[in-house]
Amino acid sequence: MSERRDNEMAVPGNDDATLDPHSAQSGDPIDNPGLPAHRPRPTDIDRAAEKRAERQVAGMFGLATLCALLFGVAYFTLDIGEDPDTFLGLGASNLALGLALGLALLLIGVGAVQWARKLMSDHEIVEMRHPVASSEEDRTATLAALRQGTDDSGIARRPLIRNSLLGAVAALGIPAVLPLRDLGPLPGTALEETVWKPGMRVVNDVSGLAIKPAQVQVGQLVNAEPAVFFARDEEGEPLLEGPALQAAKVKAAVILVKIEPEQINALPARADWGVEGILCYSKICTHVGCPISLYEQQTRHVLCPCHQSTFDLADNAKVLFGPAARPLPQLPIGLDDQGYLVATSGFQEPVGPSFWERGDR
Amino acid sequence: MRKLSARLSARLSARLSAGRRRRVAGLVVVASALLLTGGTYAVLSPATAQDDLAADAALVDRGRELFLVGCSSCHGKNAEGIMTSDGTQYGPSLVGVGAAAVDFQVGTGRMPLAQPGVQAPKKDALYTPEETRALAAYVASLGPGPAIPEETKYDLEEVDEEGIVRGGQFFLTNCTACHNFAGAGGALPEGKYAPSLSGVAPKAMYEAMLTGPQQMPVFSDQVITPEDKENVIAYVKSLEEEPSYGGFALGSYGPVAEGMFAWLLGIGALVGFAVWIGANSVRSKKGTKA
Repeated sequence: MSERRDNEMAVPGNDDATLDPHSAQSGDPIDNPGLPAHRPRPTDIDRAAEKRAERQVAGMFGLATLCALLFGVAYFTLDIGEDPDTFLGLGASNLALGLALGLALLLIGVGAVQWARKLMSDHEIVEMRHPVASSEEDRTATLAALRQGTDDSGIARRPLIRNSLLGAVAALGIPAVLPLRDLGPLPGTALEETVWKPGMRVVNDVSGLAIKPAQVQVGQLVNAEPAVFFARDEEGEPLLEGPALQAAKVKAAVILVKIEPEQINALPARADWGVEGILCYSKICTHVGCPISLYEQQTRHVLCPCHQSTFDLADNAKVLFGPAARPLPQLPIGLDDQGYLVATSGFQEPVGPSFWERGDR
Repeated sequence: MRKLSARLSARLSARLSAGRRRRVAGLVVVASALLLTGGTYAVLSPATAQDDLAADAALVDRGRELFLVGCSSCHGKNAEGIMTSDGTQYGPSLVGVGAAAVDFQVGTGRMPLAQPGVQAPKKDALYTPEETRALAAYVASLGPGPAIPEETKYDLEEVDEEGIVRGGQFFLTNCTACHNFAGAGGALPEGKYAPSLSGVAPKAMYEAMLTGPQQMPVFSDQVITPEDKENVIAYVKSLEEEPSYGGFALGSYGPVAEGMFAWLLGIGALVGFAVWIGANSVRSKKGTKA
């Protein structure tokens, strides 16, 4: 293996000596055993194998080109949108584009790896460790340059310039910090209030239909909203829409359930908060505010899908399980003069997850 | 009929506006409003109406015979329910559950139970449709409850695109919490589950909403109207026909299933490639001799 003489490398600190990485070195506390003997690959010694590997790599690059072209063909021929082409129940366009692009990238990658493993020059290289610090010379020169810079600028001799520069840089903090104000305004009491008001009807979500007690059966779940979400002004425009509606909805959504009155274990203060066994609770989990409506009518438990907090609606929405720290707030309901379910007051505590100013309420 | 009532109300309103100040007018308005509301309610509340199945005495008798043989060991000889010694229900009372509940439970094979458990699973129906009908008639005769819905309520013939979209809104509000956004079903506490809605007959879906079987809440016809129930069913059926355009749906369980596949298979394959790249390439034995 005489052509591998260039494999030998310099020995640090001795320009005349060379080191053969494959030979054992002595002198260290533990003798360096050196690298195992170099063994050539089949492609190094067999012309036929080398040619074969070359064709393999070129073949993969060629196939990658073909895949890229297929991507173009699929892009123009397969329909998407209203009436998409399908293949085995999958979107044909997505499938073809993804497969063609994925295969093209994969074939380029595999080809490159095969090229490196089978055909690129194959010799072991040893890189010796060296001290991390710069040489003494460089360090002295750097320090000298720094010192000369300080002297030439005269920053130590001219405190007026130095201090005014420091002031100017410090003042740049103002434009950096001031725009943070745009994250506000502070929520104020918005977290403590919902749109519920005494006398506001509890209506079915989506349809907006008002609800009478006789229409609700034991075991029923109604995903309900305050009637104001469906109210319109004199011009027929919705009172609330867009972001304002969403912001109100995330706090005001409620669930209405009907439970056999003898099963309900209401707190004394909440004895008249329901109507004929119909109770109304906030739909917003008190843990991190997911909307809850996974209601088991036989156990009367409602389960939050996010972290499995479980509340017992027959027992003032007491927390039975999970990370929620407090019961779901209950909305006191009654009947209006037409017999529809209405809130008799707003929520008497903030709904949803805890926040700093909420304290122990 | 409609013409007649329009003419009547036109004449009535003309007369009323002529004598609006008269004392009688207020009374007449209130009385007619009350009549209208009561009448509409009576017409539009089939959930509590006795259906005519129970009026067929022969059918009720046949149902009672079947009931005594197949159901009474859990539900009691008069369907009054049986309590266990620790106060839980062995079989609930069936008084007032209505024909729709029987048609759902027996028609989908959930009842009779093969064995007690946290949930009655769907299986092949044990009773023929005629026997199921007889059982439904007997249970309906015990007390008023939801009747088996007429076929026009769930045949989906009148549902258009707009109805499907509206049904989707109801579905996402009321159903997805348990049945998953694609109707694939999901887990409930303590081994219970919400079943997949794929392939479920429209009638069974309608009856389930109407009666609230097992842990499922009731969605009565007055709160979710029959038209909207039909829209919901049409939406679920439209989900079945939807091609999974983005690729394999992986059971439509969302990011959990997708993440599992991406991490185990995707990242696993990448790790495999990295190992292959770093592995020693094949060496020739001939080379050492040379």
